[in-house]
Amino acid sequence: MRYFSLSKAFMAILSRDLLLALRRRSEVVNPLLFFVIVVTLFPLAISPSQAVLQTLAPGIIWVAALLSTLLSLERMFRSDFEDGSLEQLLLSPCPPTVVVLAKVLAHWLVSGLPLLLIAPLLGVFLALPTAAIPTLLFTLALGTPVLSLVGAIGVALTVGLRRGGALLSLLVLPLYLPVLIFAANAVAASADGLAVTGQLYFLGGLLLLSCSLAPLAAAAALKISIH
Amino acid sequence: MWYWLHRFSSPAYFYRFAGKAIPWLAAITGLLLLAGLYGGLVLAPADYQQGDSYRIIFIHVPSAWMSLFIYMVMATAGGIGLIWHIKLAEVIAASSAPIGASFTFIALATGSLWGKPMWGTWWVWDARLTSELILLFLYFGVIALQSAGEDKRTASRASAILALVGVINIPIIHFSVEWWNTLHQGATVSKMDAPSIHTSMLVPLLIMAVACKFYYATSLLMRARAELLDREHNSHWIRDALKNHE
Repeated sequence: MRYFSLSKAFMAILSRDLLLALRRRSEVVNPLLFFVIVVTLFPLAISPSQAVLQTLAPGIIWVAALLSTLLSLERMFRSDFEDGSLEQLLLSPCPPTVVVLAKVLAHWLVSGLPLLLIAPLLGVFLALPTAAIPTLLFTLALGTPVLSLVGAIGVALTVGLRRGGALLSLLVLPLYLPVLIFAANAVAASADGLAVTGQLYFLGGLLLLSCSLAPLAAAAALKISIH
Repeated sequence: MWYWLHRFSSPAYFYRFAGKAIPWLAAITGLLLLAGLYGGLVLAPADYQQGDSYRIIFIHVPSAWMSLFIYMVMATAGGIGLIWHIKLAEVIAASSAPIGASFTFIALATGSLWGKPMWGTWWVWDARLTSELILLFLYFGVIALQSAGEDKRTASRASAILALVGVINIPIIHFSVEWWNTLHQGATVSKMDAPSIHTSMLVPLLIMAVACKFYYATSLLMRARAELLDREHNSHWIRDALKNHE
């Protein structure tokens, strides 16, 4: 039997997924554009007044981040499921939790990290005070990995179904609520000049919890979906 | 006991047993409902502050209790089905979901009916109301996933995982909603639970709670029987059972 290394397997899956994402750039860029466009809709729909936008900004940015993550979630397992490579990955000696973790990390690097990079611009759009922008970045850095991890469970459950898209949002959005509450609240509090360490600790806790449990659930779900 | 458990989990035995138990359970449910409603709506005195409108708690509170209880039953049965591959546990989980969702809906609807005269509005973003609403969404997710797959057993196993994920999330969601609410608005909304409740109100309330449990058991067995017929329609015992009109 050949020597098998977990970290090598992890890196191999990660680099494969990143390479695939690089080859299909439009799939990566579209959720990001969606994020920007949804945020621009709100000033047009509600009011361009700075005071109004400032109070709404944390919520708008976070809801838009949630929706854009939802758009890109399916990509995590769908194409691999359709061409059969997911089955091969699960048959390989690599534990399924490691496969899930590598795929989640790739998903976050491709769809979560760009949100983080473009968020300051959107903060400026929505008249978010400059002092709140670092907090916005912190919450996105801690929160979007949770979205990818919890989302992986939802995708793993629906990947075998033909029309999983709408179902996916029904399954995943209620589970996203704690992240939304703490993150949007932290940004709003820091815009008012309040301390936000409590909220950030909570987000960090959610990240650790989902990092340890979500891969297990997603791996079990994948096994059922592939069946 | 293991022998008994093993025998009980066989679909054929369960089908016959449930058929015999349903009339008894239904009778107990009816009696308890009558007693509880009479005690609550007629015997219990009117509240000195809320008048007669508080009486909705005799339906509202048991439903709210049931909504969580059934979710736990559903998740436990789902977990048992996942681990030991027991068909009956999957059937129980699948049959519980719509009943639990109905109780959650009743709790929300009666709460909102009560809120109109008491709080002056149909809906407030109170922590409890919000987490109950989210519980309803979780139920919808389980039901949707249950009905999405072509293969019933795969769908059952998938929705069991979802229900278990929900069990971990319910406390987190509940506390984050509570925390969010206390930050946004102070204690403007009066909490429903008074420090103490008079015996004349407590007794009917408890009777109603037990009646709801029995109602759940009755309708669970009926639904599970129907579900078994659907899932096992090719097996021999069904043909035998139908021949004997059980």
